[in-house]
Amino acid sequence: MATRRSGPRFGHRIKIGLGAAIVLGAVLMAILAPLLAPHDPYRQDLLARLQPPVWAEQGAWKHPLGTDNYGRDLLSRLIYGSRLSIMVGVSAALLSAVLGSVLGMLAGYKGGWLQQVIMRFADAHLAFPEILLAILIVAAVGGSALNLILVLGVSGWMVYARVMYNLTRAVRERPFIEAAVSHGASDAYILARHVFPQLVPVLTVVCTLQVAQMILQETALSFLGLGLPPPTATWGNMLAEGRDRLWVAPWIANFAGLAIILVVWGINMLGNGLREHLDPKAKERR
Amino acid sequence: MALLEVEGLRTVFPSQEGEVSAVEGASFSLSEGEVLGLVGESGSGKSVTAFSLMRLVQAPGRIAAGSVRFEGRDLLSLDEREMRKLRGRRMSMIFQEPLSSLNPVWTVGQQVMEPMLLHGGVTRREARERALAMLARVGIADAARRFNDYPHQLSGGLRQRVMIALALVCEPKLLIADEPTSALDVTIQAQILELLRDLQRELGMAILMITHDLGVVAEIADRVNVMYAGRIVESAPVETLFRAPAHPYSAGLLQSVPDMGEERERLPTIRGIVPRPGEMPPGCAFAPRCPYADAACTVAPPPVHTLTDDHAAACVRPLGAHG
Repeated sequence: MATRRSGPRFGHRIKIGLGAAIVLGAVLMAILAPLLAPHDPYRQDLLARLQPPVWAEQGAWKHPLGTDNYGRDLLSRLIYGSRLSIMVGVSAALLSAVLGSVLGMLAGYKGGWLQQVIMRFADAHLAFPEILLAILIVAAVGGSALNLILVLGVSGWMVYARVMYNLTRAVRERPFIEAAVSHGASDAYILARHVFPQLVPVLTVVCTLQVAQMILQETALSFLGLGLPPPTATWGNMLAEGRDRLWVAPWIANFAGLAIILVVWGINMLGNGLREHLDPKAKERR
Repeated sequence: MALLEVEGLRTVFPSQEGEVSAVEGASFSLSEGEVLGLVGESGSGKSVTAFSLMRLVQAPGRIAAGSVRFEGRDLLSLDEREMRKLRGRRMSMIFQEPLSSLNPVWTVGQQVMEPMLLHGGVTRREARERALAMLARVGIADAARRFNDYPHQLSGGLRQRVMIALALVCEPKLLIADEPTSALDVTIQAQILELLRDLQRELGMAILMITHDLGVVAEIADRVNVMYAGRIVESAPVETLFRAPAHPYSAGLLQSVPDMGEERERLPTIRGIVPRPGEMPPGCAFAPRCPYADAACTVAPPPVHTLTDDHAAACVRPLGAHG
């Protein structure tokens, strides 16, 4: 019994630990990029083009992960690329968290026509392919970090709105909300002080998982040439640049792809671990 | 002038058979510093009456008719912002279940400070001091330490004391207490009632005590209104009601209270059940269960008979006036 339970019981802790380690590593890498990167990520060296990583036959320690088509150091670009990918991913996830939470809480608390308008709009938006909308907007306004954050942030609101809407409806029925009204609290006060704190745990989980989604979307847009314009180092751009040389220099795309997979996997693991940790029903099952 | 005057209050809820009224033409008044009991079974409309007074009836329910005058102002015509200024400051409410009526994520102290901060005029520091004083005043020993406790760390009795502190911290003129002792142990019940009585005298506030328990009424109330199926069927001073109830329903309620002095095989009960809203008989709602009912009772809702200055009953043939 004890051994049977010990596995899944600690599952969420391993997930949180490993996920947090990966995320922390990525964030540190982004913050300390100038210290960690061996070269300037934008310095071209046409004599050292398409060098393979150090473990390949012609590899050298000067460029541990090799160089790209312009002779730029891949390791440095990968490290600097994490900055934009993570910054855009986190900012976009936070922006949509704010938008979606406010709208979802309003819809759930006020009900009536406001709920109808907000939630039907969210349904319609959910049915619309997000990436297509993002492509449309970025193609129209052009790619910059700010534009990407705005586009991704605005296009991700309904995930939060739906979750917050349902939770708010449940919290609204609890007697302490009625008690707060009877003490003279206004709707805005009740939402901020009595409803929102109950939603924070779930919001944290959704937000974490959404960061991974946002990083993937940013990458996808960059890959399609709609992200930050070259030569900016982002993982999506590196993936796109590597695509043309996939047969001659597979490492260019490979390392960027690996970095994306690793970070998204880490974030998802952290998010799922947190979800299991905070979900009382999951605890009963353990 | 009365502190609170309710006239012909009618609160309705939609149902499949159309709107049904949970409160039907309730009229009563409450003077300053008076304790009025509102007694009835579950579903008699006593809680809906209380919520209507605070304008807390949740949609789709609504107040369809009547007037509620509090300190001379018609509450039903105030806008929501002005109503908010009254709630918690001039009129307050305490609830049956103190645990679920307190927010689990804030400390007791933070919650007792809340009404003062909501209504403004005090600094955080003053609010804190007054909250501490209030917690001590409602009999919480060690108030300074309890201040930082969360609701789940307190016992049921302490939680109800916190609720009372929370409701009274702005020293309202009217406290509406909705079954404040029903979820508590009997010994704790007595302490809470005594506390309410003390605070009522000290602060000179009026209390509308909603309960199904005649014992609570006897303990604390000056006057009592008996509610049945959404209507007030009898209104009398407590002693009068217990000595000479005029409405057969009140009489039935009193008979079904166990009496320590008497030995009886079984307690008398009131046969039948409360008619469901929407299935009200055309005449007196109590007629189908009333031992004295006859044809006159089933025609139209009975008129209110005034027996003495302060005693009235909505009955065709009130008991005291028999023969």
